[in-house]
Amino acid sequence: MSALMQVLPYLIAAYVFLTGCYGLATSRNLIHAVGCLSVCQVSTYILLLAVGYRSGGTAPVFSDIKPGTRPLVDPVVQALTLTDIVVGATVTALLLALVLQIVKRHGTLDPDELRELRG
Amino acid sequence: MHHLLPLLVAVPLLGAALLAAAGRRLPRPAAELTGLLVCAATAALALVLLLNSSPPVVEWAGGWVPVGGESVGIEVIGDGPSLGMATLVSLLTLSALAYSWRYFDEPPRGHAGSFPALMLVFQGAMCGFALAGDLFNAFVFFELMSVVAYALTGFRIDEAKAVQGALTFGVVNSLGAYAMLTGIGLLYARTGELSMSKIGRGLDTAAGHGGPDALVLAAFVLVLTGLLVKAATVPFHFWLPDAHAVAPTPVCMLLSGVMVELGVYGVWRVYGTVFAGPGGIPAADLTRALVTLGVLTAVTGAVMCWYQRHIKRLLAFSTIAHTGLFLVAVGVLTPEGDDGAALYILGHAGVKAALFACAGALLDRFGSVDEHELHGRARELRATGVLFAVGGLALAGLPPFGTGLGKAVSEEAVGGPLTVVYVLASAVTAGAVLRVAARVFLGLGPPPEDTDAYETSGSAERPETSGLLRRVPDTMTTVPAVLLAAALAMGTVPGFGDLVARSVNEAGSGGARASAAWTLHGVLLGLVSAALAVALATAAVTRSHRPSAPAWMTPLRRLQSGHVGDYVAWLLLGSTLLAALALPGVLGG
Repeated sequence: MSALMQVLPYLIAAYVFLTGCYGLATSRNLIHAVGCLSVCQVSTYILLLAVGYRSGGTAPVFSDIKPGTRPLVDPVVQALTLTDIVVGATVTALLLALVLQIVKRHGTLDPDELRELRG
Repeated sequence: MHHLLPLLVAVPLLGAALLAAAGRRLPRPAAELTGLLVCAATAALALVLLLNSSPPVVEWAGGWVPVGGESVGIEVIGDGPSLGMATLVSLLTLSALAYSWRYFDEPPRGHAGSFPALMLVFQGAMCGFALAGDLFNAFVFFELMSVVAYALTGFRIDEAKAVQGALTFGVVNSLGAYAMLTGIGLLYARTGELSMSKIGRGLDTAAGHGGPDALVLAAFVLVLTGLLVKAATVPFHFWLPDAHAVAPTPVCMLLSGVMVELGVYGVWRVYGTVFAGPGGIPAADLTRALVTLGVLTAVTGAVMCWYQRHIKRLLAFSTIAHTGLFLVAVGVLTPEGDDGAALYILGHAGVKAALFACAGALLDRFGSVDEHELHGRARELRATGVLFAVGGLALAGLPPFGTGLGKAVSEEAVGGPLTVVYVLASAVTAGAVLRVAARVFLGLGPPPEDTDAYETSGSAERPETSGLLRRVPDTMTTVPAVLLAAALAMGTVPGFGDLVARSVNEAGSGGARASAAWTLHGVLLGLVSAALAVALATAAVTRSHRPSAPAWMTPLRRLQSGHVGDYVAWLLLGSTLLAALALPGVLGG
């Protein structure tokens, strides 16, 4: 595998993270902002799965292969990614619920128009 | 005994599940009593384990012990600092629950269990973070405590400010957590380990004689970004005043008293275990990064604190200033510095929680936390006023309070010009608190004029009780009194400082022993801070026709814009700054 292919997943992870941050920083809509936060989180899935990848490895499921006969991708990072997805779902659900309440109380989705807390 | 360690997380979580399931059918006193009992049982367990934590123990949850040096289990650390933080968390949750006993009006009517259940999850998550011995579980508990904290901050969902503050808090902290997870992923890629101590050894092995490289630096910056967001370090701090100003008072007590400090604890734990070896970040670079950011935080927090009129926001900025001081003490990387930070955190937790408790009494009695609007109106609340003023003096580090002892030991450790930062930051924040006490509880000085400055006023807040209170309930004066007494006891009980120092140094500091006791130098500096605070408060109260803030403050205040996009941009800038501060070690290595 070429050197570029080895680095590519990490570059993509960094790119996705920064794209999400850019979206957050310039967002004009709070639902969009929560979506951008999820984009940032997706970069961690990419990174974790890339870390665990083995060239020619197969899924770490032993129902049809004998342990030790084939290279496997790292199951630990897959467990981490699953946990991470659960965490992300909780955060997104809670933040979207807060956005709903913001729309009810402030009557706007635009973060530029929230002027209650400052100074 | 150490098999009981995971119970510190499991008991509160089970209690919360019970309350969430049965809360609808339980009458309110029963639900709150259950919460108190579960919390108290956890606190007792944490205390017992803390007293048996020498020598430090490691427990593998569920009996997944390492085989041949390889581990896949969950590592739980039971040493002095981790169990000390767990005990502090539990005791502070207990006092917050006691404070909210029968007074706190909760919006989801018909579900009496929801508030105590959330508080118990918060307690369990914070204990879990304190005890976590591997980085991934530290991340999971970090996120769990963050998510519960967002929910608790926005608990009064009918409040416009509360939901806005909670969302800002949520976005910034979660982004920090994802940065931390990215860093953990990089460390796993390098070492194939998640346990902190094994990552540390793995980094040293991988580096050989070469020292750290770009990957280690990137991982360091990303992990520390997450922890420093939690520790509200400048420029990651913007979420904190917005969240603390709007969170319900019992929640503020926990956020300011211990959650923010867990970020500092995390920095200490992660640096000491993961990055302190030859393959990590050199000590000089960590000191440069933490001391720079810490001083910046202390100064910004103190200045912003002085110019607040919203009392809870004022206390929030004072927390920022003090966190900066803790970071400086941890950053000098000496056993004395660690001891000082530990003692300071303990004392500060009691004092700051007591001050928030008093501010909550004002909110529920008058429906306002605005220093200008409340001028002279709280004369009748004598007990609360006395407690607030005593809390202010304790915040300045007046001997013999625990804050004073922690400040004195930290000052000895950092030495030189940094001592000035300690004296000034504690004096200015305490001066602001005393100024509020003089104006609000005594009605001293002319009423300040209202200007249309760029600020959050704190008037017309909705009380947390159902309607304004006619008198302050006993629990709302007893709890701050007990907390202040505890802070006083930390400084006066002989040998307490040495006990804390011994257990901290046993866990870190390479076995070096330092003593932590009052010195003449420390007592004098504490008295100087307190005197300076009183002088500042007197000057502020007696001077009439003072503009609310000088012109040079305006740009600084405008940074605190309440706009979540701005805060995210600052977070990225902060990470870059952190990387720049830690870069020389990697270039030199």
